Amino acid sequence: MKVLYFAWVRERVGKAEEIIDPPASVRTVAELMQWLKGLGEEYAHAFEKPVIRAAIDHTHVKPDATISGAREIAFFPPMTGG
Amino acid sequence: MTVPVTIRLQPDDFDVSREIAALTAGRTDIGAVVSFSGICRGSEGPEAITALTLEHYPGMAEAEIRRHVDQAITRWPLTGVTVIHRYGRVVPGDNIVLVLTASAHREAAFLGAEFLMDYLKANAPFWKSEERAQGASSWVDTHHRDDEAVTRWDKS
Repeated sequence: MKVLYFAWVRERVGKAEEIIDPPASVRTVAELMQWLKGLGEEYAHAFEKPVIRAAIDHTHVKPDATISGAREIAFFPPMTGG
Repeated sequence: MTVPVTIRLQPDDFDVSREIAALTAGRTDIGAVVSFSGICRGSEGPEAITALTLEHYPGMAEAEIRRHVDQAITRWPLTGVTVIHRYGRVVPGDNIVLVLTASAHREAAFLGAEFLMDYLKANAPFWKSEERAQGASSWVDTHHRDDEAVTRWDKS
C-alpha cells in the first residue's frame, strides 16, 4: 500500500511517500504506526508523538480503523489551515 | 437549483472583488454575500514572522472542502459558495484563504462562512510552517480554540 507523510512527519521520516508491505498481523492504523516505528530511527522519531492523525483514501480515520483494502494511507500532524 | 460552488487550491494570489463579481454575475436571487479573507500576519505574539509556507494534501484537501461546503449548503439556504486556499510560500500581508457565501439574506451567509472557516482551520489537510527573522522555521501548532470552534457546530 501507498503511504504519504506530511509536514513534520514528512521531514522526520525523510520522504513524502513510499510503498510499504506490512505483515498480515498489522490490521489497524495504530498497529501500522507501531510497525512503522520499528523500521528505523527516523520512523521512531517521526511517530514518537501520539498526536499524529491519519487518513485512509482521503478520509480522516481513528487509530482503531482497519487498514484492510486501503490504497493510500496518510500520516500528518493536526491540521493548521485557514 | 444546484448551488454554484467554486473550490480552488492554488499557489497564486486571488482578487477578492473579482471573485465576488464572478459569484454574483447575472444573479438577482442573491441579497447578501459574506466575504472572509485570511491574511498572513507579520508576527506571532512577540515573534516576527518573515514568511509562511503552506503545505497541503492534494486530492484530500479538495474533497474535505467540498464535503464541508455540501454540509453548509444542507444546513443553510446558501445560493453560492467560493473557497480559495493558497499553498506554497506567502509573506506578511499576503492573502491565504478566501471564503465567500451568498444567500438571499445575511444570516445564512454569515453562519455559512463562519462554519466553513472553522472547519478549514481544524479539519482541512493544510499545515503551516513559520519562518522567523533569524532564518529558523517551525511548524505551527494547532490552537485548542480552533478545535473548540469546530465542536460548537456539532451541538447546534
